[in-house]
Amino acid sequence: MDDEVEMVTIYVMGKRHRVPAGLTIMKAMEYAGHQFRRGAGCRGGFCGACATIYRTKGSYKLQGALACQKIVEDGMYIAQIPFSPAEKKTYNIEELRPDAGVFLEYYPEIARCLSCNTCTKACPQDIMVMDYVQAALRGDVEEAAKLSFDCIGCGLCAVRCPAEIVPYNIGQLARRLYSRHIVGPTEHVLKRVREIEEGRFDEEIEELKTLDREALQERYETRERRL
Amino acid sequence: MKRMSGYPEYMQESLRLVEKTRPERIGKTFPAMTAEEKERILRDWHPDYKEESKRPLRIGPCKGQVMPHEVADILEAHPAITPDEIDLTDIAYDLDVLVIGAGGAGLSAALLAHENGVERDRILMVQKLRLGDANSKMSQGGIQAADAPDDSPTLHYLDVIGGGHFANDPDLVEALVKEGPDVIKWHEELGVIYDKNPDGTMQLAPGGGTCRRRMHSCKDYTGLEITRVLVDEFLNREIPYVEFTCAVELLMDDKGQVAGSVLYDLDSDEYLIARAKSTVLATGGFGRLHIQGFETTNHYGATGDGIALAYHVGARLRDLDSTQFHPTGAAYPEQIVGQLCTEKLRGRGAQPVNKYGELFVYPLETRDVEASAIIRECYERENGVVTPTGMRGVWLDTPLIDIINGEGTIEREFAAMFRNFKKFDIDIREEPMLVFPTLHYQNGGVAINTRSETSIPGLYAAGEVAGGVHGKNRLMGNSQLDLYVFGRRAGRFAAERAKKISLGKLTLSHLDRYERWLAEAGIETDRRAPILLPEYRGKRTLEHQLKLL
Repeated sequence: MDDEVEMVTIYVMGKRHRVPAGLTIMKAMEYAGHQFRRGAGCRGGFCGACATIYRTKGSYKLQGALACQKIVEDGMYIAQIPFSPAEKKTYNIEELRPDAGVFLEYYPEIARCLSCNTCTKACPQDIMVMDYVQAALRGDVEEAAKLSFDCIGCGLCAVRCPAEIVPYNIGQLARRLYSRHIVGPTEHVLKRVREIEEGRFDEEIEELKTLDREALQERYETRERRL
Repeated sequence: MKRMSGYPEYMQESLRLVEKTRPERIGKTFPAMTAEEKERILRDWHPDYKEESKRPLRIGPCKGQVMPHEVADILEAHPAITPDEIDLTDIAYDLDVLVIGAGGAGLSAALLAHENGVERDRILMVQKLRLGDANSKMSQGGIQAADAPDDSPTLHYLDVIGGGHFANDPDLVEALVKEGPDVIKWHEELGVIYDKNPDGTMQLAPGGGTCRRRMHSCKDYTGLEITRVLVDEFLNREIPYVEFTCAVELLMDDKGQVAGSVLYDLDSDEYLIARAKSTVLATGGFGRLHIQGFETTNHYGATGDGIALAYHVGARLRDLDSTQFHPTGAAYPEQIVGQLCTEKLRGRGAQPVNKYGELFVYPLETRDVEASAIIRECYERENGVVTPTGMRGVWLDTPLIDIINGEGTIEREFAAMFRNFKKFDIDIREEPMLVFPTLHYQNGGVAINTRSETSIPGLYAAGEVAGGVHGKNRLMGNSQLDLYVFGRRAGRFAAERAKKISLGKLTLSHLDRYERWLAEAGIETDRRAPILLPEYRGKRTLEHQLKLL
């Protein structure tokens, strides 16, 4: 590490480290000597494995972030929350009806929502968490599905909710209900599946498989592009 | 009017040129390369074609196969355990089907094993991280399936096999393309939300090397949406699973069959024996081996464990000489270097342009060709933008997407990209992304047939760990499809097999054989494999992409 690089001080679960400024929390922890077993996943903001809470110097605010996406700040106190304790209810999606009753049956605590918006403030994806919980509560499955779509399931909403609701479980249920029971299957997909089952394309493909490399390449290069 | 820029002052001049040429580039494209031009640019500029980056494997049934040094290194390494450490009589799990890996392929295999008559308590899924932790979840742009009226599995077949330079296994390609629409149907039944047009038809985009619009998407969270639905369904079925538990070796029996795995519990540091009549390897690829020092788009767990495990039992490998470099990894800011900028951006109109704002390549060449053109633009023609850490890159002109498709398109269809760049003050509606090729996918792997069987009885493989489907180059959206086509087949045929066969006496004698191969080849090393977790501690955190030239 050359000397001109600016260093900052962070506290990983209380332990003080000097790390280069500009690193993400995840890379800073690795620089400090951690090899992740828990708390690291895709490293690109898609999986929610690295939920982290922190406070910065001089601030009383407890904040949440993904360790792979958040840059360290000088004087930052860091703790990871690699798992949020919550029971996922089991159900047969086919048998459910897409209405408010489903959410109340499986996750009755949803009715305790205080509309305090703490979940929304905790979300590192900037999702309107409270709004989708409220949508589910009034049976608007489509709205709950769409608002929750970008959820990566990091669990920060669930650990902050004073009503002890687990919003990400509700979002997951809403999305599956929406697709399965409100949107339904796609006609041209079903049609093509039937055609394939009937062997509609067997001969064409079989013929391609008999071609030698040169003839196949010719067929490939001259295929019509319709984009 | 001066607007906020997320890029340093010295890049502003180049950004102004990009902005200046933008109006005249609308509706224009750069001509696609001829077959000869493609061949030449690959030979001259694709990282795969650098002879010194590879070597022939020196041991085992695939001796002589050429592969990157980093891959040969994990195969020319001692097994992670020695037989005398392990008590094979102490069986922790006695199973019909063991699934190793909990990404798209593993989840599909477990669900299908269950649907094909294996009792849930005779199935076990093990995963070294969490359920669903896999590259599967990170896929952004989409999944191919030929279900549009103007498309056909035949055209899909041509695209796959031509894109793969005709090195693919034709039977696997046929299985892939014929099962595509059924996979989409299955997903919708399970409750995956695909992007649709107002009339209820699928919203389909083109991808590099496709001759039709065939890409189905779930915004730019396609893999996330599919994986979380499969995880939810897997949990609903109450199929047993253990997280934070690695497969460190496969077990065999005295009849020459694979018979489960030695597991390693990352919490208790204990070894556990899982005996199984069928074993499904769904461990993903090798991006975290950082082939040629490249940054990678891959998940933390993508350490190539599966190819090492399979080779220890003597399974045949193929096409490991071929690595996919995604044309557009982030080159700036430093914090996200190497991360994926989805191909769908180009599918929806974003153009790669050089530092003068000029087009230099058709935006939807196959990935290997597109990547080579970007490398050439940066390193031969010196038309790239140099970052503060010395990396080079070209612009991917994203603001075109909203201009072409209407305002709001980026926020709606590229929520992940928009969000991830916004965190670094780059608004991709206003400013382009700086990109450079990044290590993305293991094109080859463990050889399988259309039943997802490897060359060793009792061992199945599916997803990125397997080879043959994509030949020497994979097209966008075909790995997502591959996961479900061959994952489901693995589950189904693993279940069938488990009903028919009986296991003999368990053994780890294949590890002694492997040690003999190493000794006979004169290989002296302290390397061990599988490596399970990548090593980034201390100063390794700060290593950057190797200079290409």
